[in-house]
Amino acid sequence: MMHLRRSTRWPGPVRGVLAYSLVLAATLLAAIPFGHAQRAPAVAITNVSYDPTRELYKAINEAFAKEWLARTGQTVTIRTSHGGSGRQARTVIDGLQADVVTLALAADIDAIAQRAKLLPADWQARLPNNSSPYTSTIVFLVRKGNPKGIRDWDDLARPGVAVITPNPKTSGGARWNYLAAWAFELDRTKDPAKAKAFVEAIYRNVPVLDTGARGSTTTFVQRGIGDVFISWENEAHLALAEFGADRIDIVYPSLSILAEPPVALVDAVVDRRGTRKLAEAYLDFLYAPTAQRIVAANFYRPFRPEAADPADLARFPRLKLVTIDAVFGGWAKAQGEHFAEGGVFDRIYRPGGSFAR
Amino acid sequence: MSRTMMPETSTRGVPAPPAPSAAVTDEAPLTRWVLIGAAVAFLLLFLVLPLIAIFAEALRRGIAAYFASFADPDTQDAIRLTLLVAAIAVPLNVVFGIAAAWAVAKFDFAGKSLFVTFIDLPFSVSPVVSGLVFVLLFGAHGVFGGFLQAHDIRIIFAVPGIVLATIFVTFPFVARELIPLMQEQGTAEEEAALTLGASGFRMFLTVTLPNVKWALLYGVLLANARAMGEFGAVSVVSGHIRGLTNTMPLQVEILYNEYAFVGAFAVASLLAGLALVTLVAKALLEWRYGDALARTHRHG
Repeated sequence: MMHLRRSTRWPGPVRGVLAYSLVLAATLLAAIPFGHAQRAPAVAITNVSYDPTRELYKAINEAFAKEWLARTGQTVTIRTSHGGSGRQARTVIDGLQADVVTLALAADIDAIAQRAKLLPADWQARLPNNSSPYTSTIVFLVRKGNPKGIRDWDDLARPGVAVITPNPKTSGGARWNYLAAWAFELDRTKDPAKAKAFVEAIYRNVPVLDTGARGSTTTFVQRGIGDVFISWENEAHLALAEFGADRIDIVYPSLSILAEPPVALVDAVVDRRGTRKLAEAYLDFLYAPTAQRIVAANFYRPFRPEAADPADLARFPRLKLVTIDAVFGGWAKAQGEHFAEGGVFDRIYRPGGSFAR
Repeated sequence: MSRTMMPETSTRGVPAPPAPSAAVTDEAPLTRWVLIGAAVAFLLLFLVLPLIAIFAEALRRGIAAYFASFADPDTQDAIRLTLLVAAIAVPLNVVFGIAAAWAVAKFDFAGKSLFVTFIDLPFSVSPVVSGLVFVLLFGAHGVFGGFLQAHDIRIIFAVPGIVLATIFVTFPFVARELIPLMQEQGTAEEEAALTLGASGFRMFLTVTLPNVKWALLYGVLLANARAMGEFGAVSVVSGHIRGLTNTMPLQVEILYNEYAFVGAFAVASLLAGLALVTLVAKALLEWRYGDALARTHRHG
């Protein structure tokens, strides 16, 4: 019996597993050199950004790589990661190697500075315009023809209006949305208690909280949920361009907030990786005319409008914009008061369980 | 009420004889067809239709656009990474699965049932938790975070973390397939081999392995499908860096969120294709080698 067995070759399953491994290995071997020949990054930096900037940074990264190659002869790859701003900050704190962060609001970069000490606390003073090469604001996206007659913030608090907005805990845009609604009612009534009740009424109308702005856009436009979507101005215009003006309309409220999405160098990472010079050049490039033009073309309001195409600028109507510093005393204060554990948002938003994903 | 209930229970006793009409195959033909119809409709609605929808979406702009979407370097990197992860995770699971099944089926030891329960743990834990466990262990502020940082070793938000998370979620597949079979087969053949003077390893290669080969292959298929398709746990530890730490399922989400629907569904169709291949392979295995499998059973 054993003698007979000895003459048998590898048993079937071993052969199966071996064949399987060989096929996989061959695929990989075939794939890897090919990949290297195609994209040999002489040097790469990672830009960890928030949700709606995908198209913006795709264009900017291409322009920067071209300029850097012309200037230094070095091929550079900018890797990007996108997601809800708060979640992205969290992954950087947990160890994601971001050379630069370009997030939706200062508080998220503050969190990286405070909790992980990866950059100095005064990071926001290092670049012009509070480190914001572009700004935006918060507007409404409604169904074509505006069937619910939504004109301003108070229409969102009406019963029977389904409001789509992401989760302020994970999304930066959602925090701007919340604060803009608050600023509107505060401006009208001068009464913080009324502003709180107003925002509470709006969130009572929210059927689903996505983690990021892009998820909410998909919920509103693709899945057709909700009557009004509180959105970044840039995201609203992009959705309009993507899905066509025959399906959705943009509504500008009477008052909104000046949203400043800041950018910052992550000192601890660039010093360890030796990419400081490149990362600094990348951030400076965001303020340069080439990038500023791209910024306006992607529906963000550029810091230097003179560099942008006037036709692009014409798409941004003038409206009353309040600042977070004037109304809320800055991000550090607003974050602690409204969005921290047990803050105002936790007290007014009850339906739990929508924090999946 | 209790007065009427009491005599009834006492006359019937505890094991009530089944009424003749309760036999399984005795329902009216109409009932049977309604039930079968409902099952088939359910199957079509929830399994076949979504599958068709994936391929329809992917091919909506024509076959050229479908193949063009694989020219995207980020998508290629995602495919490559997924293959790499599966190529590492699946063989490791095979080794572990055989070892675990061997230990459980052929030996008695203290804490065996606890061990079997632990093998099943990845099935019962939410994938998000499976991912977060690794963040808590290897994150910058995790248990080993300081050590890893000091030595400049990247685990999470890099390929090793994705591999670890994948191994974790695919842990039970091979072991789960092998344990019942090996338990049923018992240890008689192995003992015979040993008494005939075979070494332990030789006995394993020539007796144990051939006995479980089809179950093993089936476990490998399932583990591989899950390894390539895992979303939740991998999403937590990935960091979503394009071209670096995106696997195919994550790339599907990214493309979808960028309104690149053809691209998203093209990658999704690859995953669906993998699932179909797995199913066909499984069906073939059962059809072609079902007899062999049954023979091994009887033999054991």
